[in-house]
Amino acid sequence: MDTTVVNTGTEGKTWGGGNQPLKASYGKMMMWFFILSDALTFSGFLAAYGFSRFKFIDSWPIADEVFTHVPFLHGQELPMIYVAFMTFILIMSSVTMVLAVDAGHKMNKAKVTIYMFLTIIGGLIFVGSQAWEWATFIKGDYGAIQTNGGNILQFVDNEGHRVALRDFAIVDEHKTRVEDQRKSGIWFTDNESLPTFTLEEVVSGFEANDNILIRTQQLTEDGKKTVLSREESIKQLKANGKAVVEGANLHVNEYGSPLFADFFFFITGFHGFHVFSGVVINIIIFFNVILGTYERRKNYEMVEKVGLYWHFVDLVWVFVFTFFYLV
Amino acid sequence: MSAHADTHAHDDHGHHHKETFITKYIFSQDHKMIAKQYLITGTIMGIIGVMMSLMFRMQIAWPEQPNVLFEALLGKWAPDGVMDADIYLALVTIHGTIMVFFVLTAGLSGTFSNLLIPLQIGARDMASGFLNMVSYWLFFLSSVIMVLSLFVEAGPAAAGWTIYPPLSALPMAQPGSGMGMTLWLVSMAIFIASSLLGSLNYIVTVINLRTKGMSMTRLPLTIWAFFVTAIIGVVSFPVLLSAALLLIMDRSFGTSFFLSDIFIQGEVLHYQGGSPVLFEHLFWFLGHPEVYIVLLPALGITSEIIATNSRKPIFGYRAMVASILAIAFLSTIVWGHHMFVSGMNPFLGSVFTFTTLLIAIPSAVKAFNYITTLWKGNLQMNPAMLFSIGLVSTFITGGLTGIILGDSALDINVHDTYFVVAHFHLVMGISALYGMFAGIYHWFPKMFGRMMNKKLGYLHFWITAICAYGVFFPMHFIGMAGLPRRYYTNSNFPLFDDLANVNVVITIFALVGGAFQLVFLYNFFVSIFYGKKAEQNPWKSNTLEWTTPVEHIHGNWPGAIPHVHRWAYDYSKPGHELDFVPQNVPMKEGEEELQH
Repeated sequence: MDTTVVNTGTEGKTWGGGNQPLKASYGKMMMWFFILSDALTFSGFLAAYGFSRFKFIDSWPIADEVFTHVPFLHGQELPMIYVAFMTFILIMSSVTMVLAVDAGHKMNKAKVTIYMFLTIIGGLIFVGSQAWEWATFIKGDYGAIQTNGGNILQFVDNEGHRVALRDFAIVDEHKTRVEDQRKSGIWFTDNESLPTFTLEEVVSGFEANDNILIRTQQLTEDGKKTVLSREESIKQLKANGKAVVEGANLHVNEYGSPLFADFFFFITGFHGFHVFSGVVINIIIFFNVILGTYERRKNYEMVEKVGLYWHFVDLVWVFVFTFFYLV
Repeated sequence: MSAHADTHAHDDHGHHHKETFITKYIFSQDHKMIAKQYLITGTIMGIIGVMMSLMFRMQIAWPEQPNVLFEALLGKWAPDGVMDADIYLALVTIHGTIMVFFVLTAGLSGTFSNLLIPLQIGARDMASGFLNMVSYWLFFLSSVIMVLSLFVEAGPAAAGWTIYPPLSALPMAQPGSGMGMTLWLVSMAIFIASSLLGSLNYIVTVINLRTKGMSMTRLPLTIWAFFVTAIIGVVSFPVLLSAALLLIMDRSFGTSFFLSDIFIQGEVLHYQGGSPVLFEHLFWFLGHPEVYIVLLPALGITSEIIATNSRKPIFGYRAMVASILAIAFLSTIVWGHHMFVSGMNPFLGSVFTFTTLLIAIPSAVKAFNYITTLWKGNLQMNPAMLFSIGLVSTFITGGLTGIILGDSALDINVHDTYFVVAHFHLVMGISALYGMFAGIYHWFPKMFGRMMNKKLGYLHFWITAICAYGVFFPMHFIGMAGLPRRYYTNSNFPLFDDLANVNVVITIFALVGGAFQLVFLYNFFVSIFYGKKAEQNPWKSNTLEWTTPVEHIHGNWPGAIPHVHRWAYDYSKPGHELDFVPQNVPMKEGEEELQH
């Protein structure tokens, strides 16, 4: 090359080379493309969820009847209240993250520290709430009967209100029920723990209470679960009842199709793992802020990068929330 | 000069660091060394993958005949030298996995993207040398795990490289479904992480680190291909990750995502409601773009080599770029053509037929542009050029059968037969392999500072070309005759007795072709140490990598990074003394910039 300045013919062009056409450092762009890739992972899961849900579109559990609990308010049906609270907290943590990034642009260390701290707190509340939500879902609510065909039968009274197994099952005091456990020597065939009631206890309780009916998984045309007549209920229960189900796990769940629980655990778990790792990363950045690392570096771009990730995790939640809870 | 040096001063990181053996050859962050590491690892995986194919080809040609080779290589899997049926399936599976992912994805993209992106766009190194190093070592780790899975007691995964459930989801389904399948999944999960880190680096490097004057329309087509390949990778591999994670849940935690009511020996399993077709959808959403992840880099390499060695500008540069972009987009909406007989809604089948046939258009644009670039060129028939022309040939041959297979009405008749095997081996297997060979012959002087032996190169090409067609052309016919793929033996079916001789011919071609790859390996490894010293620009090429010194230095250019004044294809331009004008040569007074 000679020393005279020669035009390359692309001067002033955004994509002409020798510049950053998107006005972003490579690190920030890598974060964007990582987010693109992670978004497709979530899309894969949500598409799989949609695929499976449409397969059982006429018998999928109704979310409003599953997520009805709020901590400290036992026995009240408050559909969606708690998850709305969780969502609000997560979105608020996005707001504090925006404020942290903005304070970073202004090189205001004190404000970055405060807002990063609030973001971390928001994330922790969300993860904690999710743990509570999982625990409640696993523990179950009313209990149900699984049929030989793998369907779920739930119990309602004449007015259509749900009835819990514990309210009508007649407990046989003389029964001897042995659970296979490690301590009883059958350690290599650990069975699932026994439900509180046996099938016989539920059936006898059902027969003794005339006002209880069975509700199946099937949805009627107006989106309600089908309720059987008393005769059909008894017939169905006696002919097809297989096991008592309380709560939900990866094999079976009292709310309906086991796939509902499978996808719920997997997708909210995968998202919760993202939130958790986001909190960990935020904590690392938080300490770097306190130690003045970015003050010395004269830019707070790291805060911006983790901010991108945090907003992405929030955005994914909006989709998970929509598809699992709202529709 | 000094002004330029200042502008790039901040790029010169690590310029004066003392390098130890470990930082230079093992945990290197230099893109040129990482490219070589990818190439060597990919070559070793390639040898393993090809050896496997030769073994199962011998089983197909001489079914259940004792063979000393089997006894020596397969041990307990070949009692008395007769290949066991389980290991046959495992070999087919691992051959496919290794060739598709480890050789033609990581080996091809990893090598040439790493080598060429910084050199051809005028950058000192990749955007993040550290992530680049991590990417290679994750790839290495996944290769080791995949090879290790060959040695577990019950054998490696044997569900085919597409690992459809339930064979892959139920640990008791077949011997390889246990530990072998677990290791396969672990290896692929690490591979996906490696591919993601690599792709992120390629993308941001191309966007941010192009030298002054290297506008997107002046990029060599190799870079366009690598760039778009990386984007396809970032978009499609994560979906395979989704599928793999759900599969792991099914295998280890008892979920039912891909499993429905299943009985094994009268015992009812608890799975309920899942669908194996769902897995196929998720798998092929990666699986089809993967074909282009394999093929596009090879096409990019071919564009560069054909233009250089025809001493002509590439025909239709903009059409080439547009067709790369079109292929990338279309590749994500055609996956259903792998599933015409899977129980997918037939209406969807017709939609996928339509989108699939659309891909023929950009593919044909590329094929015609290669031919018109060659037309009346001053052809330099060196081995790289021969392999590139070979690629154009196999790309067309394999592409034509793609039109047949993309049409659901026709596909159903030949689905899962050797017709399919012939199609995809020609259009992506052999084509991408030719691209890789072409790239190695062409950029060997850049990588190792020495030339490969030309005569051995000619020998390698002609034998390989004859054998590749010898293997895969007859497969079309036995496929149309109905011979199914992946069968351990066809001797139980009198229907196929007539085809036995064809299979012998195919296997002989395969053995000869496989053996002659030793010529290439000999040429490759001997030339690294004893080849003729290369000059700076042996092929009289225009791109920037040939302006760097033959001896590698960290940071690529000893002085300032050259600026770019023209596109990469000013070959035989009127008004110039030489028949090539490198990209860093400023425009003459009144010279017009050619843009096609």
